[in-house]
Amino acid sequence: MNKINKQLKKEAIITVILYLIYFVWWYSFAYGLGDVDPKDYKYILGLPEWFFYSCILGFLMITTLLWISIKLFFKEVDLKIYEKNAGREEWKK
Amino acid sequence: MEKIKLILPLLVYLGITLYIAYYNSPRRKKSKDFTNEYFIGNRSMGGFVLAMTVIATYTGASSFLGGPGVAYKLGLGWVLLASIQIPTAFLTLGILGKKLAIISRKIDGITINDFLRARYQNKWVVIMSSTAILLFFMAYMVVQVIGGARLFEVLTGLDYTIGLVIFGFSIIFYTVFGGFKTVAITDAIQGVIMLITSIILFWVLKEAGGGMRNIMKTVYEIDPNLLTPSSGGAITKPFIMSFWVLVGVGLLGLPQTTIRCMGFKDSRSLHRAMVIGTFVVGFLMIMMHLIGVMGIAIIPNEQLGDKVIPILAIRNLSPLLLGVFIGGPLAAIMSTVDSLLIQTSSTIVKDIYINYIAVEIDQKKLSRISLWTTSIMGVMVFALAYHPPEFIVWLNLFALGGLEAVFMWPILLGLYWKKANATGALLSMGISLLVYVSMTVLKIKLFGMHQIVPTIAIGGLVFVIGSCLNKPSSEEHLAIFFD
Repeated sequence: MNKINKQLKKEAIITVILYLIYFVWWYSFAYGLGDVDPKDYKYILGLPEWFFYSCILGFLMITTLLWISIKLFFKEVDLKIYEKNAGREEWKK
Repeated sequence: MEKIKLILPLLVYLGITLYIAYYNSPRRKKSKDFTNEYFIGNRSMGGFVLAMTVIATYTGASSFLGGPGVAYKLGLGWVLLASIQIPTAFLTLGILGKKLAIISRKIDGITINDFLRARYQNKWVVIMSSTAILLFFMAYMVVQVIGGARLFEVLTGLDYTIGLVIFGFSIIFYTVFGGFKTVAITDAIQGVIMLITSIILFWVLKEAGGGMRNIMKTVYEIDPNLLTPSSGGAITKPFIMSFWVLVGVGLLGLPQTTIRCMGFKDSRSLHRAMVIGTFVVGFLMIMMHLIGVMGIAIIPNEQLGDKVIPILAIRNLSPLLLGVFIGGPLAAIMSTVDSLLIQTSSTIVKDIYINYIAVEIDQKKLSRISLWTTSIMGVMVFALAYHPPEFIVWLNLFALGGLEAVFMWPILLGLYWKKANATGALLSMGISLLVYVSMTVLKIKLFGMHQIVPTIAIGGLVFVIGSCLNKPSSEEHLAIFFD
């Protein structure tokens, strides 16, 4: 049954990696593009470029990436077998 | 007549909520295992409900009132700060979700303390965590309720007490009789209301300001710094980075989110909830805080503080729309209070009463005690909100950080580190809380960081050292958690 535990660890690691990707994206666009004189700002959809990329696009990017990662790497686990009265011994094997 | 238009949508909405409570009442269904049904809803949440209840519980008065208020003062930099919260939902669900779902089924646990007790096998860990939940939740709820009743006063012009009574009666009623399942389902509806209302206000304001580009231009003319990530130096880097702990990593283990990892139906629900949750929270956070910034252009140069959203709504929406809108922030507050209320009750009944006072107890008596406990705690919250004692307001300042200090490491390391034991958990819980409270009271800020950062760092270190001082649990016992 250690196989499931390995899978859970893998999913936790993927979650952390996604979190780090969002952090790097958020930080680099905000401070990479935003830390200049505001009179030089370019605008996208009416919003300053740094804000559009960091917050709006960052949000859409991470949601999509998350969706794909879950499709690819996350596995269905049957939770019922762990329940009190339902084949309790199964997970012990 | 105008007042009726305002209140009507609110009453319709409260009516629906009460009906759902009646429909899902565990008493009505004569359930066999009362606590399981009442406190965790028989682990039946699907993906959408799970996502919405996690978000709605977490999104309270601050996201609808306080946060946008600061954005009105500091500009886009504060929206940048708010968007730190976007990945928190999937971080929590992704790391804790499946593991807790499996373990809570194995140990037949329905509260955070059931997990802590099973993992650490130590009475003091449970007592300490119960005390933290009761104290901090109480303060948190009272302050949320005060926010809700004041908002009701500002928006409808009716008396604070009337708001408190309507509000109090409905929350207590549906939580007492409906239990966890009703809380989760109403949270989902409240989440949808929050979304709709924020879209309405955003759209109306965008039109009123003559489009986004125009609004940003006006903001630029008022003060160019309002468009920068640092708000012209007002939001320093150590400060904003601290929020990656305070409203990011630190939320791992927050009891009101963690309990939801024990209540979903199957792993597919969890996967869906991660995506839906991230999408909804991002949408809501960006929109609400951006509305605060748009307020700068639409009502310039006023000292509005956390009234900015209500005032913008009053000045720009028609009475009926305003009535629909009031539902948004009130839903945000109600969905936080109901969740904390049911969890407070489960802590008293399941973790303290059944464990240490009355071990043998029949289902009928148990259901009576649970309903009474929830009612009494609910009435207490609203009574305290009528005349809030200073102690409660003071305590609320520590609520979020305090819960993080107590719960993050014991839950995270308990799930993922075999050597974690009671010695480490107890030392870490005690010392973290002490460090956090004393640093906050003495206003000590290391390198300009929020106090939560050193607290979490010290707490983790103490946990590891403490655990190494004593033996880990037996392999046999650990099998429940790691095999």
